[in-house]
Amino acid sequence: MSRHTVRRLAAASLAVTVAATLAACSSGSSSSPQSSGAGGGTISLWTHNGGNDAELAADQKIVDDFNSSQSQYTVKLQSFPQASYNDAVVAAASAKKLPCIVDIDSPNVPNWAWAGYIKPLGLPDSEWSGQLASTVGKVNDKVYSFGHYDVALAFYTRKSILQSVGARVPTVAQPWTKSEFADVLAKLKATGKYPYALDLGTGGTGEWITYAYSPFLQSAGGDLIDRSSYKKADGVLNGAQAIDWASWMQGLVKDGYMSAKSGADPTADFANGKSAILYSGSWADATVTKAFGDDALVIPPVDLGQGPKVGGGSWQWAITAQCDNTAGAQAYLKFSHQTKYVAALAKATGTIPATDAAAATMPEYATGGASEIFRTFAQKYAVVRPVTPAYPFITSVYQKATQDILSGGDPKTILDKAVSDIDNDIKQNGDYAF
Amino acid sequence: MTVISPARARAVRAPRDVPAARHAARRHEGLTALWMAGPAVALLILFIVVPVILAFVLAFTNARLISPRPATFVGLHNFANLFSDPVFWASLRNTFYFAIVVVPIQAGLALVLALLVNAKVRGTNFFRTVYFVPVVTSMVVVSLLWRFLYQKDGLLNALISAVHPSYAPIDWLNDPRTAMPAIIVMSIWQAVGFHMIIWLSGLQTIPAELYEAGDLDGAVGWKRFRYITWPSLLATRTFILITITIAALSLFTQISVMTQGGPLDSTTTVVYMAVRTGYQQLATGYASAISLVFFVLVLIVSGVQRFLTREKD
Repeated sequence: MSRHTVRRLAAASLAVTVAATLAACSSGSSSSPQSSGAGGGTISLWTHNGGNDAELAADQKIVDDFNSSQSQYTVKLQSFPQASYNDAVVAAASAKKLPCIVDIDSPNVPNWAWAGYIKPLGLPDSEWSGQLASTVGKVNDKVYSFGHYDVALAFYTRKSILQSVGARVPTVAQPWTKSEFADVLAKLKATGKYPYALDLGTGGTGEWITYAYSPFLQSAGGDLIDRSSYKKADGVLNGAQAIDWASWMQGLVKDGYMSAKSGADPTADFANGKSAILYSGSWADATVTKAFGDDALVIPPVDLGQGPKVGGGSWQWAITAQCDNTAGAQAYLKFSHQTKYVAALAKATGTIPATDAAAATMPEYATGGASEIFRTFAQKYAVVRPVTPAYPFITSVYQKATQDILSGGDPKTILDKAVSDIDNDIKQNGDYAF
Repeated sequence: MTVISPARARAVRAPRDVPAARHAARRHEGLTALWMAGPAVALLILFIVVPVILAFVLAFTNARLISPRPATFVGLHNFANLFSDPVFWASLRNTFYFAIVVVPIQAGLALVLALLVNAKVRGTNFFRTVYFVPVVTSMVVVSLLWRFLYQKDGLLNALISAVHPSYAPIDWLNDPRTAMPAIIVMSIWQAVGFHMIIWLSGLQTIPAELYEAGDLDGAVGWKRFRYITWPSLLATRTFILITITIAALSLFTQISVMTQGGPLDSTTTVVYMAVRTGYQQLATGYASAISLVFFVLVLIVSGVQRFLTREKD
């Protein structure tokens, strides 16, 4: 091998090293402004809504307005695609590079508070009067986060469908009971007009399962965990009422009222007449209204004993523990909490505004408005997911248990296994004590 | 450069000493090789060796992905939990079920396809491309599409009903009896093209003289395959056996997209369980223990295969 070759290789290696170093430097310098605004009153803010242009634009407008309203602080917004957002925060937290303000999905609030990622907002309690309870992230009586909006779950059907089987239209005051609902389903099935009378969106995966089906469990009188201590699920997730819930879900499949795994787009299936009753979030309203106009009907979910329940809590804002410009972050969050911004964000995302004042300014959510019913559901029926750092574990276990129940497994065995998994995890983590 | 110069200096000092010069030349070559391999080795160490060592250590701790507490050593606690977990045994069973069915069928089918497209007829390029197209398509995309095919009102059921009017549609992916076979069929379809190409490269290295000589001796048809083609493919065979086995044992993508381990644990696999435990349930230590067990299993299986297919002198 000649000297030339060696020299050339050495030069090439050097070039590669230099390039790598340069790359490292440039990525280092581009990421440094994102780290918690140390100097000059710069506050960095991360959101999950990269790719969601409407919501991002609304957030950007608040940031721009805030920056031009005063000269003390500058907020810098950075957006991430939702799918990788949580990973980015977890990675940044371990690298001590968290921004000052983060966007957070409400069920994660207790876990991130426990992990020391976020700290209490430190805003006066009066800030939250007239705010939907499910949009305030309260852990150990301290407010760690708040949201501009929420979503609600509902049953969708058509007036003509209910008329055709002689069923009454359920109301908030008088929702369908379990037996009434079973009766309606039996009649709908007997018409033979629909492949399935009911579509609960059973083809969904991940957090949808906990968000959508744990309210039925709570309506039946069970829960994911004993909320008095948050230390055990035994007796709550596998008690007689929970087993009733599981048998009810399984019965819907066994009796042929719904599919154990519904289609990829239940809303489209409903709009195409493939199901008579659809269970979905307030986000499906636009599609359903477009398909059926005045015939479309939004009704409360079935009451399995303890009144109808819907999931509560969507994306919220929090201040990180690594933030060294807390006053600036608080000023921004207070600024963003103005009625016009709450309304603007709710409008941009097609969601329910979090405050009464904002709802009053939006015709569709004001009294008598077309979407008012969703806000009523969020006010009256919303149950937040368990406020415990164990939640990520609980939801993962519950998702698997629910899928197994829908697939026809024995409810008691499945729920007992889920309970022992959850209780073990809580014990192993020292009761997730703060 | 400082490493290189002494060697060069010695080579210059003893120009007539032939063995020394050869020795120096070899050192040059060795150094050059090091330079060439360096970047790849550094990346391998950073992204494979370090994580593997980390996983070994973490498996004996209660580390969590998100936690304010430092991880502490818990000895064999994770393994005790694992071996008493029915989901783990189901995962293990499914993983081996998948591998035992997929390895011979996929390897065999790939060989048949390779023999077909190796035939000297027109249009083989076309078929080669057709068989290879699924391989270059992402497994996630393939899994999503096949999920639609397997739906109760999907294409597959529609086709069967067209032929068999009395047929009651099966919800392929949501029936514990059919979910795994459905995934197996799809996986083989997706990956068979890749191994076809490998067999094909093996087939094309067989010298034509062997076949000519065989012709003279009357080796045709089956005999030709049995006594000429098959023995000549020994190295290819070993390679294919080991790569398919490892790929089959690490079954994950299809499961994650199509069934999430359900229905009733009929499709959960060891890797799927590890990912679910580590990322959804944030239990890094426990997930590391699962990965460690998986590592040992793959090591044993490929060790046994390597031993069985060794070149016997």
